[in-house]
Amino acid sequence: MTDQAYNFAYLDEQTKRMIRRALLKALAIPGYQVPFASREMPMPYGWGTGGAQVTAACLTPDDRLKVIDQGADDTTNAVSIRRFFQRTAGVETTERTAEATVIQTRHRIPEQPLSEGQILVYQVPIPEPLRFLEPRETETRKMHELEEYGLMHVKLYEDIARHGEIATAYAYPVRVEGRYVMDPSPIPKFDNPKLAGNPAIQLFGAGREARIYAVPPYSDVVSLDFEDHPFVASKADHECDLCGSAGSYLDEVITDDRGTRMFVCSDTDFCASRQAQGHRGRLSPQGATP
Amino acid sequence: MNAILTGGFADPSTQSAHAFRALLEAMARPGRIFTVAGAQPPAPISVAAGVALLTLTDSTTPLHLAGAADCEALRGWIGFHTGAPLVPAEQAQFALGRWDALQPVSRFRIGEPSYPDRSATLIVELDRLEPEGARLTGPGIKTEARLSLPETAGFRANRALFPLGLDCILTCGARLAALPRSTIVEDA
Repeated sequence: MTDQAYNFAYLDEQTKRMIRRALLKALAIPGYQVPFASREMPMPYGWGTGGAQVTAACLTPDDRLKVIDQGADDTTNAVSIRRFFQRTAGVETTERTAEATVIQTRHRIPEQPLSEGQILVYQVPIPEPLRFLEPRETETRKMHELEEYGLMHVKLYEDIARHGEIATAYAYPVRVEGRYVMDPSPIPKFDNPKLAGNPAIQLFGAGREARIYAVPPYSDVVSLDFEDHPFVASKADHECDLCGSAGSYLDEVITDDRGTRMFVCSDTDFCASRQAQGHRGRLSPQGATP
Repeated sequence: MNAILTGGFADPSTQSAHAFRALLEAMARPGRIFTVAGAQPPAPISVAAGVALLTLTDSTTPLHLAGAADCEALRGWIGFHTGAPLVPAEQAQFALGRWDALQPVSRFRIGEPSYPDRSATLIVELDRLEPEGARLTGPGIKTEARLSLPETAGFRANRALFPLGLDCILTCGARLAALPRSTIVEDA
């Protein structure tokens, strides 16, 4: 049921044109952060205002929208954004990765490989990968202009000096098409390999920081590393306790006050589909059918 | 007069949404051809070019009309439907015309080293747009794509400016494709 009090997909047409122009420039310059006139959205900054604006600019009435928060379809943030677009755009929604045409995500890339025709919209808190190394926008802009990325390598080196390995576990910096160093948003570095050569269009929206950037399909995306300390896409060394998957990214859940813990897939759709196929994990109820 | 008032989107929010998805896919997958609908701009402008204008331009986007596109009928149509200010090539954010009329393209803004997005987007009207001819590789292309470009030297020179450069939307009838600055263009 579309709320007739709003324009299609909430934003007015002039705003959508402005975002659309930024999106086209972002695709033309892979990894470069295009400034845009970010709007107030009816949700707080940090809840996906950038992603929601990009989604609003991309949606058509024929789309099927999936929204995930750390891989889960059923958290508050995901549910409310999904309902927002149900109400203002009248689009169908789904929890199934394969059936979605537009997927807005906070901090995960779905386990199931994406395909052509799908758009993955990332919610980004801090788009500038150099921001915590250099707080001044004037300086980081100059560093991107001059491809001066030595500081980022120093940071990764300091990780090795201190911890014996690159300790950055999420928002792991990547280089896109050999040119711009980009923050892939706070996805776990386990997801970084999925950024490269992906058949889907990947769009990134940072609402508070007013930046949009993009990775076109089949792009070359390399996680920064050193020859003697190569990038490793790590995850918890366990199997999912509900579906038994050994290859998916896991959340650690504390289950009592004595330190008992379980590991479950962070991607709820992936985990549920596996359980529906009959896969079982260590803590699956005995003889239960999902 | 009537020709000026008609030919816009009848349902702007959904028609421009569909049109933009075609433009987004086109820019993301250089060389791939998409069909669009919804605009009926005055001659000699194609449906696809009209759709691109309605979807992307408004009173905040300076537009340059080159050659035959710079006609009374189209100026009126753009004024009524988009309100885009018409400007010389040097100031344009968008430009519309045939490839030869847009020459020399060095007149257009290619962005600044720290803001490469501040560059012009050219809407290039072509007589034919087919998936054959020049070989395209680069971001958005799995192996290679082919596209009937008016020339290759100009696009190679544009690629050499990366990350600066011009982005092109190629239109023919109701069909369009895109050629961003990141695409590597080689002779067939």
